[in-house]
Amino acid sequence: MAASGGRASSAPLLGRDNEPTIFELSRPGRASWQLPTTGLPETPLADLVPAEHRRGAPVGIAEVSERDLVGHFTRLSHRQYSVDLGAYPLGSCTMKYNPKVCDAVAGLPGLAGVHPAAPAPLVQGWLATLVALEEALCEIAGMAAATLQPAAGAAGELTGLLLMRAYDEARGERRRRVIIPDSAHGTNPASVTLGGYETTTVRSDERGLVDLEALRAVLDTDVAGMMLTNPNTLGLFEEDIAQIASAVHEVGGLMYYDGANLNAILGVVRPGDMGFDIVHLNLHKTFATPHGGGGPGAGPVAVAPHLAEFLPGPRPVRLPGEGAEVRYGWQTPRRSIGRVHGWHGNALVLARALAYIEVHGGDGLHRVAERAVLNANWIRKRLSSTFDVAFDRPCMHEVVFSAAALHRRTGSSAFDVAKGLIEEGFHPPTVAFPLIVDDALMVEPTETESYETLVALAEGLERVAARAHEGTLEGAPRTTPVRRVDEARAARTLVPTFDAVGKQK
Amino acid sequence: MPDYLPHTGEDLADMLGFLGLSSLEELFASVPAALRLAAGLGLPEGVPEPDVLARASARGAANAAAGLVCFAGAGAYDHEVPPVVRALAGRSEFVTAYTPYQPEVAQGGLQAIFEFQTMVSRLYGLPIANASLYDGASALVEAVNLGTGSTGRDGVVVSAGVHPHWRSALRTFAAGTGHRVLEAPLVEGVTDWSALEAEGEVGVVVAAYPNYLGCLEDLGPARRLADERGALLAIAADPVGAAIVRSPADWGADVAVGEGQPFGTALSFGGPYLGLFCCAASHVRRLPGRLVGETLDADGRLAYVTTLRAREQDIRREKATSNVCTNQTLMALTAAVQLGWLGTAGLAEVATRCACGARYCRDAMLRLDGVEPLTGSTPTLREFALHLPIPADLAIERLADEGYLAGVALDALVGEDGDGSLGADSASHGLLVAVTERRTKDEIDGLVAALGKAVR
Ligand SMILES: Cc1ncc(COP(=O)(O)O)c(C=O)c1O
Repeated sequence: MAASGGRASSAPLLGRDNEPTIFELSRPGRASWQLPTTGLPETPLADLVPAEHRRGAPVGIAEVSERDLVGHFTRLSHRQYSVDLGAYPLGSCTMKYNPKVCDAVAGLPGLAGVHPAAPAPLVQGWLATLVALEEALCEIAGMAAATLQPAAGAAGELTGLLLMRAYDEARGERRRRVIIPDSAHGTNPASVTLGGYETTTVRSDERGLVDLEALRAVLDTDVAGMMLTNPNTLGLFEEDIAQIASAVHEVGGLMYYDGANLNAILGVVRPGDMGFDIVHLNLHKTFATPHGGGGPGAGPVAVAPHLAEFLPGPRPVRLPGEGAEVRYGWQTPRRSIGRVHGWHGNALVLARALAYIEVHGGDGLHRVAERAVLNANWIRKRLSSTFDVAFDRPCMHEVVFSAAALHRRTGSSAFDVAKGLIEEGFHPPTVAFPLIVDDALMVEPTETESYETLVALAEGLERVAARAHEGTLEGAPRTTPVRRVDEARAARTLVPTFDAVGKQK
Repeated sequence: MPDYLPHTGEDLADMLGFLGLSSLEELFASVPAALRLAAGLGLPEGVPEPDVLARASARGAANAAAGLVCFAGAGAYDHEVPPVVRALAGRSEFVTAYTPYQPEVAQGGLQAIFEFQTMVSRLYGLPIANASLYDGASALVEAVNLGTGSTGRDGVVVSAGVHPHWRSALRTFAAGTGHRVLEAPLVEGVTDWSALEAEGEVGVVVAAYPNYLGCLEDLGPARRLADERGALLAIAADPVGAAIVRSPADWGADVAVGEGQPFGTALSFGGPYLGLFCCAASHVRRLPGRLVGETLDADGRLAYVTTLRAREQDIRREKATSNVCTNQTLMALTAAVQLGWLGTAGLAEVATRCACGARYCRDAMLRLDGVEPLTGSTPTLREFALHLPIPADLAIERLADEGYLAGVALDALVGEDGDGSLGADSASHGLLVAVTERRTKDEIDGLVAALGKAVR
C-alpha cells in the first residue's frame, strides 16, 4: 500500500508482462497519421527528387493504429519510475518535485511556437525572459554575466574550460593543467581533456575535504585552474574554500564551480563570494526542470567580470536607450569563444527555470536550501547506526553512506541494498559514486520530500539492511517489471536495435 | 504563501530536535561566517503561480513571431505535432524520471530509446545509433571527435554547406581539441572540395545533405576525398529529407548526424532539440553518449539496459569518448512517438509534401521581378535560397507586417561579410525559405503576393 508522502508501493511499477516493441505491433495497412489539407497540387516524387538522389526503399518504421500507439507508450510508461510516482533520493541528481506550473509556462504557444531565427524585434518576449533569467542566475551565483547556451552541466564545464583557455591566451600564456579533487564527477575530467588540458587529481583528506597541503604541492604556473563543487560530492562543505581559492589565484589559476550541488547553498553563500571565477548551474537539478529520463537539461555558465568578454555569443541583452519601453537585442562579446549551441540553448528549459525562480523568490530559494539540508541531515543521523557514514560530520544537501562493512559481514553490497530498496517502493540512492567511498550509497532526499517520506525511506533502508543480515536480500528486486538485468550480456552480445535481434551469437 | 515544501512547523521542530539543533541556521555551521550572504539574495519575493503564469503569458504575447505563418527553417521546422504525440510524450512517468541508472525501474524509457535507436538507424542506414546528443551542432562536433580519434589525424575538412552555426560550434570546440578545421567553399550551392587538395593530414570529411541552402549535392566527391586521405566521411543529413533521398549510408558515410527537432519537438526558440548520431559498427567503441541494448534479466526475460558503459565519463573519466552525461532523452522518446505515429507511409508523405510545397513556392517566387535563385540550377528539396532585389532582413520585416515569417535572412546566419558559402551581397540579399507539410496553398500564395509587393 502506498504510504503518505513520496513512497510508491512495494511493487512500484505495473507491467510484469513484456511489452512488444512497436515494430512487433506493426501490421501492414494500419496507420495513425493525419496531415492538414493544404490545397496544393500534387507533384510526383520523381519530379521532386532527381533519380540520382532518390531513396531506394521507404524507411520502414512501423504501421500502427493510433489506439495501438497510445496503448504501447502508455504501457511503457507504467514500466518507468519517476519523481511524480515517489521519492527519488538519487544523490548528486537533485530529483526534487518539478512544479507543473513550469510545464505550463513551457507549453505557452507564445514561447514554444517561436522560431529561433526570427529577428530580434519579433522575439522581444523571449529576449526579456533570457535576460531576466541571466540576471537572476548571476545574483544567485554572485557573478557578473552569463551564457545560457550550454545544454547541460557537462556542456557548461567544457564551455568554462574554453573560457579559461581564452583567458590564458589573452594573457599570452599556455597553461596545461587543470586540478580536480578525487571526489569529482566523471564529467569534470572528461571535460578537461576536451578543453585541451591535462587532469591533475588532488586527494581528499580524512575530513573528506580537499587536502590543502596536497593542493599546494601541485600548484604552479602551469595550472590554468581548479574545478570544484561546493558542497562537494560527499555532501560536505569545503570549509577551506577561501584558502583554496586564494592558493589557486596566487599561481594565476581560475576557480571553476561545478554547480551540481548548488541546491544546498541557495541564498546562504554564493560561489562568487567563495572566490570562484566561473560557475555552471544545472537547471535540471537546482531549478527543478524535469530531467526527462536523461535530459534535456540546461547548464548556463556565469562568470566574474574579467571573463565576460570571452563568453559565447550572441548573447541576449537589454539595449541602451531612453524612454519607458525596454528593448532587447543580441550582442556578441568582443573576444567571444564562439557558439557552443546550435541556437540559444535549451530555451524552454530556461523558461521553466525562470518560472521556478519567480515562484520562489529570494526568500523561497533560501527555504529550499534549508529544507534540503535539514532532510539530508535527518537521514544521516537516523541511518548512522544502520550504515557507516563515509565522513561522519554534519552534511549539506546529501549524505554518503558506505555499505562496505555490511558487504564484508553479509556479502550484500551497496548495489544489493539499492536493488532491495526498490522493493520498498523507492528509487535507490546513487551507488558507486563518489569513487573514493567503498560501496557508496549517496542519498539526496531533496527539500520536497516530507518528514513522513523520510521516515518511510529510513525504515525501508533499515529493513533492507536487516534482510542483508538475514541473507534474504539476494535476488532483489522481485516486484519490478524485470529483475536484475544481465549487463555483461548486453555488452557481450550487443543488440542496439531491433534489427540486430537474433543476429548475435 | 504556500510553496512546494511540505514541512510543517511541528515537523521542523521535531527534526531539528532530533539533530540537537535549535535553528535551521545552525545547519550551515560549516559555512564560514565571513563568506555568508548577510542580507539574503537580491531577488524579488516569490509570487503565486497564477501571477507567474500571467507574466510568462505576457512575455509570450511580446513574441510577435509566434503569431506569424512560418516559412523559416535553417534546421528548425514548423512540422505537425498531433495531440496524441504531445499526450504520450508528455506523460509524467517519462518527463520526471532521471537517467536509467536502475534498469529494473526504467524499462519503459529504455525500451522507448531502443525503439528510437532502431528508427534512427533505419533512417540513416547505419547500424548503431546512440540515445541522443544535445542538438545537431553537438552531434556534428562529436562526429568530428570520433573521426579524428579513430584515424589519429586532426585535420577536419568541412563543407561550407554545413549549417553556419554548426560550423561555428565546431570552431569553438576545436580550440580545446586542437583540430585544424578547413572549410571547402560552396559554388552555386555545391561544395568545391578541390580547393583543399594540398592541405595536410585529414581525419574527417564533413558534408551536409541537403546542405543548409537546401541543395542536394552529389556526395561522391566527398567520399572519394575521404578515401584518398584515409579519412572518415561524416554526413549531416536532414532527417525528414532522408525519408525520400539517399541515406547517408548509401553515400558511404561512416558517421551520420542530424537535428531531430522535426520529429515531434516544437520550434521552442531553438531548444531543447535533439542531436541524432549514427555510425558504422566498427566505431561502436568510440560512440559518444549513452547506448541502450537488449539483454535478459535474472529470470531470462527480455530486458533493456544502457550498455558499453566503459566508454562513458563516469567510468572512463579523462579518457572517455565524450563528456556528455545528461542528453536529450525526452526529445528522443518524443521522436520515437512521432515516428510511430507517422509510420512508414506518413514519414514519406511528410517529406514529399514538404518538397512539393517548397517546389510550388519556389517556382512562384522566381516568377517575381528581380527574384533570382541563389544556388543556380542545383536541385533543392524542402528549403531554398533566393537572391532578392532588396536586403532580406528588410523583406522579412515588411512581410512580418503582413503576417508571415518569410524565412531566414542569410546574413543572420553567416554574418554580413558572408563566408565560404556566400559572398557579402548574397548574404545580405539572400533569403532562405522553408515549406513544411503544414503550409497551405493559400498561405504560400499570400506569402508570394506579399513578397512581390515588398520587393517592388
Ligand atoms: C557533481 C556533478 N557534476 C557534473 C554533472 C554533469 O551534469 P550534466 O548531467 O547536466 O551534464 C553532474 C550530473 O550528473 C554531477 O552530479
